[in-house]
Amino acid sequence: MLTKVHTGLDPVPGIWWRPAHKSEKVWVAIAFAWCMVLFAMMPLWHFRGGQNPAGVRTRVDPRAFHERTMEFAAQYKVGEDRGTPIVQPPPGADVYLTALTYSWYPILQLVAGKEYMLHISSRDMNHGFSLYPMNINFQIIPGYDYALRVTPTEAGDFRIVCNEFCGIGHHAMVGRMIVVDSTGAEVADNASARVLGGASR
Amino acid sequence: MSAVATSPVRICDVTGRRIHRSAEQLVKANAVVAVVALLVGIIAALLLVLTRWQAVHLLPPTWYYRLLGVHGMNMLIFFIIFFEMAVLWFAATVLLNARPAAPRLGWVNFGVMLLGSLMVEWAQWSGRADVLYTSYPPLKAHPVFYLGVILFAVGALLVTCQFFATLVIARRERTYEGSLPLVVYGAMTAAIIAVITLVHGAMTYIPTFLWSIGLIAMPDPQVYRMLWWALGHSAQQINVAAMVAIWYMLGALTVGAVVLNEKVSRSAFVLYILFISMASAHHLLVDPGFGPAWKIVNTSYFMYMAVLASMVHGFTVPAGMELGMRLRGYTDGLFGWLRRAPWGDPGFSSLVLSVVVFGFVGGITGVTLGTEQINIIAHNTMRIPGHFHSTVVSGTALAFMGATYYLLPLVFRRRVAFWKLARIQPYLFSGGMLLLVLGMTFAGSFGVPRRHWDISFSQAPFDVPFNPAVDIFLAVMGIGGIIAFLGGLSFILIAVKSVFFGEPLPEITRGVEMHGVPRGLTHPPVHAPDADERNAALHDPARGIAGATPGTLVLVAVFLLAFVVYYFANWKLLSFLWKIG
Repeated sequence: MLTKVHTGLDPVPGIWWRPAHKSEKVWVAIAFAWCMVLFAMMPLWHFRGGQNPAGVRTRVDPRAFHERTMEFAAQYKVGEDRGTPIVQPPPGADVYLTALTYSWYPILQLVAGKEYMLHISSRDMNHGFSLYPMNINFQIIPGYDYALRVTPTEAGDFRIVCNEFCGIGHHAMVGRMIVVDSTGAEVADNASARVLGGASR
Repeated sequence: MSAVATSPVRICDVTGRRIHRSAEQLVKANAVVAVVALLVGIIAALLLVLTRWQAVHLLPPTWYYRLLGVHGMNMLIFFIIFFEMAVLWFAATVLLNARPAAPRLGWVNFGVMLLGSLMVEWAQWSGRADVLYTSYPPLKAHPVFYLGVILFAVGALLVTCQFFATLVIARRERTYEGSLPLVVYGAMTAAIIAVITLVHGAMTYIPTFLWSIGLIAMPDPQVYRMLWWALGHSAQQINVAAMVAIWYMLGALTVGAVVLNEKVSRSAFVLYILFISMASAHHLLVDPGFGPAWKIVNTSYFMYMAVLASMVHGFTVPAGMELGMRLRGYTDGLFGWLRRAPWGDPGFSSLVLSVVVFGFVGGITGVTLGTEQINIIAHNTMRIPGHFHSTVVSGTALAFMGATYYLLPLVFRRRVAFWKLARIQPYLFSGGMLLLVLGMTFAGSFGVPRRHWDISFSQAPFDVPFNPAVDIFLAVMGIGGIIAFLGGLSFILIAVKSVFFGEPLPEITRGVEMHGVPRGLTHPPVHAPDADERNAALHDPARGIAGATPGTLVLVAVFLLAFVVYYFANWKLLSFLWKIG
């Protein structure tokens, strides 16, 4: 049964709860089926996929987290770059990274193919963890420890860009992460990095 | 502006509707302030885009971040919501032939909203609220900023209540027969979502205000983010509902679009109301405060029920247009109805471009980026503004512009000024926005962050050598932004000239083209007297699944294909990353 021809501007007299035409029913069914596919993909990826934002999430005092990070850095320090320690923990270890306006502490040196428990949190503001050039992004919130199991797949010299506005120096907040390959060969050093602090504006 | 009001009611000589002058004045005032906010917003937009275009890099950092906040508040709050207040007054009074509930209170609320906006503008422009649009604590702004937002929200909430009261009046005074027209039903959906949104706004800004004056401790940053996005994302769903209502309205005005089935379209609106505020989760998918179950259930609007709603409207709106055209005799082939549509009518071109860009770009990217795991390769990159500029700007703002080309003659009683410019304005604006959106989206795919002053990292301790392709995408964004700015500025010029210095609307002779009057008014798309019989013939079961609207079925099939390809391509990209879990 069809209602009389009318537009969306016309009031609808009588009962408008009428059966839909076949083409509409078909489209609604297809759209519904597609929505179920969209929905199923997320749980499925938790079981079958390798990239999930689940991790282990706990509350933490920002100051305590920062202190734990410094302790960790002192324990496994293997070098230094621009005053920030380079830290190489053993594979499988709990690894700590603190974001604080406007820097990342410390510089992590990981081994490709090994799993680590990476704890990230903030000493002060909201920050954004964005691993360049992998384009892996996580939100960092003060008071929350976001622990993610990560396995770097390839060696290289990576950057951590802050991608959550944290104040006027936000755009200068860049950190470094090094991944060496499993044979232990040295990764190319950070020769292309420049120190340009305060160079313009 | 208009002649001295002698009678509280006038009869529209185009549509024959009874229009209450007190309501008409409220529509006008809200629309005018909306356009002023739009002007501030697009000036900020131009400066921002010329800063993000790294080769130009115009603004210093302080002003970049400050204007980013100004742009967000003016566009997403002041322009959109003032315009939506105009839509609510219009839908409840003009479309129902009803008198407005408590028009004086309407003016008080308008004043409160205006005061709130001015307080926010003052705080932002004077550098007392450099906290961007989202104002996440621990970033702290001047108390006037938070108070301004609260006043604005209270005013808007009260106008929404007046909208509901006007519906009650119309019902009691029997100004219409039967059920609400679908367009008003859509506006009512927007109003209900507005209430949900504004309640979350109160939960967000009242504690933050108290914190800013030192009365309470800082709100938890994670809880703030959850509540703020129940405001911030739900506000976009007001826009979606209002936009879809305007799609139905423009379809009716420009090509005589019919409602295929009231049950289907109205049920889709109800799905919006039930599920859409869960979208707060879209912003929290890689946050530490929530587990996977919470994220999956919420980000999917409980199994994508609101996406289903949009896909339903994405079918019924073009199908209604197709059927409307076929019933008026444009029956040739699959797409004769589309080819012979009034492409020079800015109301029609705005409608089509709004539907296409919102659906194909905004909808597809939105669902994909809002997938729990895929968000890892999208969160806070330029893919995010790439997405929402295609929904709220190319979708909602363009639909509002299209509606304005009809409001100018119908409510303001003016010819549309700069008519030739008006006829190309939707193409200019939409084309520019499409370039901007593509530039942002592709730059974001390389990891270029949003809300970032300098991706050459000239002040950073370590270099970040982005792929050179990023420079090209940012240039595309910049050029698109300039074109879209010109399109937006054209709209403002047309609206301001028409309203304040425009020629009064002369008497309309049906069937005669008139300069400055959209074709839907000079050639109203009236259905033939035997439309019901023609309709029954088109719906003959012998025509099979394609039914009365075969062209639309082809279009939505193309849409679904694009959706599937984009969605799974992103899963593939995700699978290349490090193992994370």
